[in-house]
Amino acid sequence: MATSAETSAHGAAGVAVKRRDFLYLATGAMGAVGAALAVWPLIESMNPAADVLALSSSEVDLSPIQVGQRITVKWRSQPVFVARRTPEEIEEAQKVDVQELRDPQADSARVKKPEWLVMVGICTHLGCVPLGQMSGDPRGDWHGWFCPCHGSQYDTSGRIRQGPAPANLVIPQYAFLTDTSVRIG
Amino acid sequence: MSQPAWNSPVVKWIDERLPIFTLLHHSTSGYPTPKNLNYWWNFGSLAGFMLVVLIATGIVLAMQYQPNAALAFDSVERIMRDVNYGWLLRYLHMNGGSMFFLAVYIHIFRGLYYGSYKRPRELLWWLGVVILLLMMATAFMGYVLPWGQMSFWAATVITNLFSAFPGVGRFIVHWLWGGFAVDNATLNRFYALHYLLPFVILGVVVLHLWALHTTKSNNPLGIDAKGQQDTIPFHPYYTVKDNFGIGVFLIVYLGFVFFAPNFFGEPDNYIPANPLQTPPHIVPEWYFLPFYAILRSIPDKLTGVLATFLSILVLFVLPWLDFSRVRSATFRPLYKKAFWLLVVDVGVLGYVGANPPEGGFLVMGRIATAYYFLHWFILVPLIALFERPRPLPVSISQPVLGGGLAAAAANPMEKA
Repeated sequence: MATSAETSAHGAAGVAVKRRDFLYLATGAMGAVGAALAVWPLIESMNPAADVLALSSSEVDLSPIQVGQRITVKWRSQPVFVARRTPEEIEEAQKVDVQELRDPQADSARVKKPEWLVMVGICTHLGCVPLGQMSGDPRGDWHGWFCPCHGSQYDTSGRIRQGPAPANLVIPQYAFLTDTSVRIG
Repeated sequence: MSQPAWNSPVVKWIDERLPIFTLLHHSTSGYPTPKNLNYWWNFGSLAGFMLVVLIATGIVLAMQYQPNAALAFDSVERIMRDVNYGWLLRYLHMNGGSMFFLAVYIHIFRGLYYGSYKRPRELLWWLGVVILLLMMATAFMGYVLPWGQMSFWAATVITNLFSAFPGVGRFIVHWLWGGFAVDNATLNRFYALHYLLPFVILGVVVLHLWALHTTKSNNPLGIDAKGQQDTIPFHPYYTVKDNFGIGVFLIVYLGFVFFAPNFFGEPDNYIPANPLQTPPHIVPEWYFLPFYAILRSIPDKLTGVLATFLSILVLFVLPWLDFSRVRSATFRPLYKKAFWLLVVDVGVLGYVGANPPEGGFLVMGRIATAYYFLHWFILVPLIALFERPRPLPVSISQPVLGGGLAAAAANPMEKA
């Protein structure tokens, strides 16, 4: 009798402990989920705000740009390079063997009209602004752009050819509104 | 360690309710410190002193500074020209950052030479590495606040390190910026964090000291104190020595403040930030140069970023990479050589980091980077395995007093 009473007492205690453990873990898990949800607004508040997102498109008038000229416009507080390429630059960009490139991309995939190259003017390495917009700037061995920070060189299609940058200069979303104006973003 | 008896009834009344005087006693005159500490042991208290100076000058600078991209640069110029003693406060703060790193780097190399990271001081060492990481984040964000060209482009390049992570990199960077480029939102948050983090550092420093007072100080011989004959009270002996050290250190620090206040700075940072033009040579502050050199030595972006993080995080596993039970390099002929080679290697990395990554510098940087990791992951464990350390002295007193304390050495646990 004593033995069975002991066993049942143990059994009851065992069940109670398990139940307690479950409640303990479930409460802890709920608490953790709740805390994570409460932290989320704090984290999300650091992401770009609505007024920053609202400035997400810029229109550019192309009519004053001469052949061979490159201009820089501001889009989402970043520099965007708009280049009106010369026939030689276009030819140089098109004749490249795409398979030899670090980030293989044909020139035709990077432009809407061969004469106009529109891209974000930020080196894909660590975010410096490459040189090559002014006529006196160094343009590197491929006559495109040269990043002064760590020596990355881009060709006349903005593709990475030499240096530490992993990718081509980024092509933003843009559309020709008319023949002489373009909207970026 | 004796329990203090308080004479003053006021002190006694307070101490019975909040044992703050007992706590102070245990960390000063009641704290037994090895009696053979050399001057390399001054740099911990020097670092603590610099932290206090930086917090004090920083709080009053914050009362004049405007954390807004349109106003920040001009508000710093106003501090320099119009605010009473503003020039002094800013130069103390600017050069204070460099001096803090100088003291901490010497403190770290002291720890590396004398094996202060080894059992039982692993957590003490970890807390120190955490302080170093927090210092780097704080210093970087403080450098951005004047909103000059170097500020802006340092912020751009360093935050862009996170873009190296595949997939999530872009989102992390936009989150850090609060926009699509470094801008006002970035400046605001860096200011908030630059004000916060020094107090977090202060908190970790308290933990660092707590761990120190639990395991007690290491010493140049790297052997444990065997009793009272090996120690002296921290106060007044080491408070006096530390204060003397602070006096010498202040000569150097104030020498820079008054005679070469822009020695560590870059002239380009007196040009207001321009998001459309990168300065031709971007160079970080001197205390980041070795890490910058590692970043640039590796041609692949992601690997470079990971190697840079690893170059500091390796310190966390050092207590297990160096499993030799002898602490002090004084008794480790091979480790001593490797230590000095590491010092030279870090110097070379710093020199390479200050120069453009071209030609000879690129080669030098790659060799120095390879050696840096070779030291931690290959040389240190191999030396621990194969080195034959010289015999250790019996006690801290024995090398000085010879056989005179042989009795004490024979019965090391005896309290004199």
